[in-house]
Amino acid sequence: MTTSYQQAFEKDLSRDVPGFLRRLRNEGMERFAKLGFPNRRMEEWKYTGVDPIAQGDFHLGGDKEVSRFTLEEMHRMAFCVLPGPRLVFLNGHFHPALSDLSGLPAGVRLSNLGQALQEDSLRVETYLAKQVGFQDRAFAALNTAFLQNGAYLYLPRGAVLTQPVQLLFVSHGNGAAVVSHPRVLVVAESQSQATLIETYVGEGAYFTNAVTEIVAGEGAVIEHVKLQGESDSAFHIASIGVHQERDSLYTSHSISLGGALTRNDLGTTLDAEGASAIFNGLYMVTGRQHVDNHTSIDHAKPHCTSAELYKGILDGHSQGVFNGRILVRPDAQKTSSQQTNKNLILSEDALINTKPLLEIYANDVKCNHGATIGRLDESQVFYLRARGIDAKLARSLLTYAFASEVVGQIRQDLLRERLQQLIFARLMPGKEAA
Amino acid sequence: MSAPNKALEELTGQDYKYGFVTDVEEDRIPKGLNEDIVRMISAKKNEPEFMLEWRLRAFRHWLTMKEPTWQAVKYPPINYQDLYYYSAPKKKVKLNSLDEVDPEVLATFNKLGISLAEQERLTGVAVDAVFDSVSVGTTFKAKLKELGIIFCSFSEAVQEHPDLIKKYLGSVVPYSDNYYATLNSAVFSDGSFVYIPKGVRSPMELSTYFRINASETGQFERTLIIADEGAYVSYLEGCTAPMRDENQLHAAVVELVALDNASIKYSTVQNWYPGDKEGKGGIYNFVTKRGKCAGKKSKISWKYPSCILQGDDSVGEFYSVAVTNNYQQADTGTKMIHIGKNTRSTIVSKGISAGHGQNTYRGLVKINKGASGARNYSQCDSLLMGDKCGAHTFPYIEVKNSSAQMEHEATTSKIGEDQLFYCKQRGINAEDAVNMIVNGFCKQVFKELPMEFAVEAQKLLSVSLEGSVG
Repeated sequence: MTTSYQQAFEKDLSRDVPGFLRRLRNEGMERFAKLGFPNRRMEEWKYTGVDPIAQGDFHLGGDKEVSRFTLEEMHRMAFCVLPGPRLVFLNGHFHPALSDLSGLPAGVRLSNLGQALQEDSLRVETYLAKQVGFQDRAFAALNTAFLQNGAYLYLPRGAVLTQPVQLLFVSHGNGAAVVSHPRVLVVAESQSQATLIETYVGEGAYFTNAVTEIVAGEGAVIEHVKLQGESDSAFHIASIGVHQERDSLYTSHSISLGGALTRNDLGTTLDAEGASAIFNGLYMVTGRQHVDNHTSIDHAKPHCTSAELYKGILDGHSQGVFNGRILVRPDAQKTSSQQTNKNLILSEDALINTKPLLEIYANDVKCNHGATIGRLDESQVFYLRARGIDAKLARSLLTYAFASEVVGQIRQDLLRERLQQLIFARLMPGKEAA
Repeated sequence: MSAPNKALEELTGQDYKYGFVTDVEEDRIPKGLNEDIVRMISAKKNEPEFMLEWRLRAFRHWLTMKEPTWQAVKYPPINYQDLYYYSAPKKKVKLNSLDEVDPEVLATFNKLGISLAEQERLTGVAVDAVFDSVSVGTTFKAKLKELGIIFCSFSEAVQEHPDLIKKYLGSVVPYSDNYYATLNSAVFSDGSFVYIPKGVRSPMELSTYFRINASETGQFERTLIIADEGAYVSYLEGCTAPMRDENQLHAAVVELVALDNASIKYSTVQNWYPGDKEGKGGIYNFVTKRGKCAGKKSKISWKYPSCILQGDDSVGEFYSVAVTNNYQQADTGTKMIHIGKNTRSTIVSKGISAGHGQNTYRGLVKINKGASGARNYSQCDSLLMGDKCGAHTFPYIEVKNSSAQMEHEATTSKIGEDQLFYCKQRGINAEDAVNMIVNGFCKQVFKELPMEFAVEAQKLLSVSLEGSVG
């Protein structure tokens, strides 16, 4: 089914684009045409089949509908809109009317990527498509082929953003099966700090194929929240690549709640001493949802630390996949790395495949990983029931507590509370969190 | 480089102590692999018709298969036509006692410190020693016979107990299972056969020594252990290999069958020659070992791959220590497949890497839908010695049942400098201290081994790491 993308690509590329981008996009299309969609014979896709995407007939959404998407609709669909700068996209197209680019410190650039390609092309060219390679990743290649819109954030040396930058990607095809290829590029110079909240929501059946690239300079502190609340019939593929310089800190919170089929590829390279990464993740699925989280932490240099905690709650006939890779390269001595994956299975038919990987080529390291799969502890349920809490509420409370370990680490109070409410509402329909 | 590191390097850099070659006249068939060779092997062993057919089926299937490439090990392609598939010490006379065994063979065992005669006399362990492919001496047979236990070489079992072979051969590892298992099924030369009748508890540890001797000889062992209802047996297998320049191939198949309430304890020590410091030589070892807890409440505890927990309440245990040195690469692990209800499994794997060794644990824990109440605990620890080695952990966990409970833990670290310092401060030299720490690291596994074997395992461990402590 790569031909329909090929045709759409040729039509789309006929517009006026800068030379380097044209080259990049052509390269992306070539790679995609060569690779095709991944299949389950590939180790990386062993537990996740993408046939529904490969066989689906998706079209690029036009930018005409953008004007019809209103502020009310945005508030209805988004998890939570915080005060502060934001960029809103509908079906991959920038929505200037709903976006807010005011109140940024001097030197900070926040804009649609399309605009940045014109205004800041040199820098964009330097960093774009370097953090997420597309030579052997079909979906990243496909995204690159259609690279046009998305978010661009540039933080000059020492810039500190007090308010989070919100990126809202909405898919709404009005009945049509749309595909969007959002691209995010964040370049944070030394000692800069920012929080990024990436949200994906939508209605109906559609396909989101996102790529996010983050470059954290020396001492930069980046907190990255990714909320995936796509519709139950949507397909969501996201590749996130981070490059970390000396003493930088990257924190990721990845929350996956929606989507029929979700695949997250999150990877960071700790490329200088003192860099550290924290990966937090929660996936909570039910029905026939399938969620796959692949994470990779590449300890390329000595004296780096990483910590990872991914938790899964699986109900109904849902399927979960966790694949966490920690690579400690030769000479990356004094590495400290921890990885934990915990899964809670709530129904008889849910399924989980977990694969925590340690690949270590240095000797002076401290690495451990752990994975657990199980159901709620009956003695805890009994404890609550003995105190007059009915069985259903007791189970919901314990499940909620299980999820809170991840969600509780999000630092934006409003967002955290909103998420907690949402999770509780899903566990106990009709009841509000106390 | 700090002092303890240097000491470590000296320790791990020593030569392989067990590398020597025994000159024994060999009875070989020509190099290469084709149907005629398979027929020739079968004819040489005077096998009944069904065995030959089974071998040929396997061989034809093998021709359709491709060599797997997923392992985290690197090796030059093996030319399967350039190997000898059968080699036996030439003396074909049936031996009645150990005295008749080729003195050179006995001397080899003596060098290894497991003199047959000694073992027979002192330790009370019945040893079915495999010197290359044909069993040269079986001990304590009479004593086992009284209890109805059959413990003999595979070829003997084919002659004397064809019904048992027919019933169980390939029942756990079918001939079509995987590339190396299929190859083994076609050309296996010999191995051990154990049958424990209903309700019998084997009064002694059964043990085999494998040893690849003839150069360029692929060694294809086949072991079949059957524990009938309520039976118990503990089985030991150990390997050391002499120093050779060309890579040697070893593709063994071990099948264990535990019926209702039966229990099999299978232990093995592998001490293959790791190749020299340039990575030259060494052994290729591709093994398929699988146990099947076919009956209810049956139990297999062991030290190597793959356990199918089919009967309700059956238990699988896996304990392993893997040491890699020089350019040695190991990609080992286990599979625990839970099918029956309330099945339990434990995996404890300890890996030690030294020099340029690469040690990989690759395991699968699969809990099928019907396996309610299944329980698994896995622990994989790696110890790194030297800054050029690697340790990798690739656990696959697939759970399809909500009442299942599983935990996996893994750690990787080096020998703590504070631990070394502590020992040295108390007058223990670096060498002994490293030995102590490594043995402590492995203790959890060694304590599961039968007494005699645990001592031996510790010995092998220290030999493979530093070559001098005996």
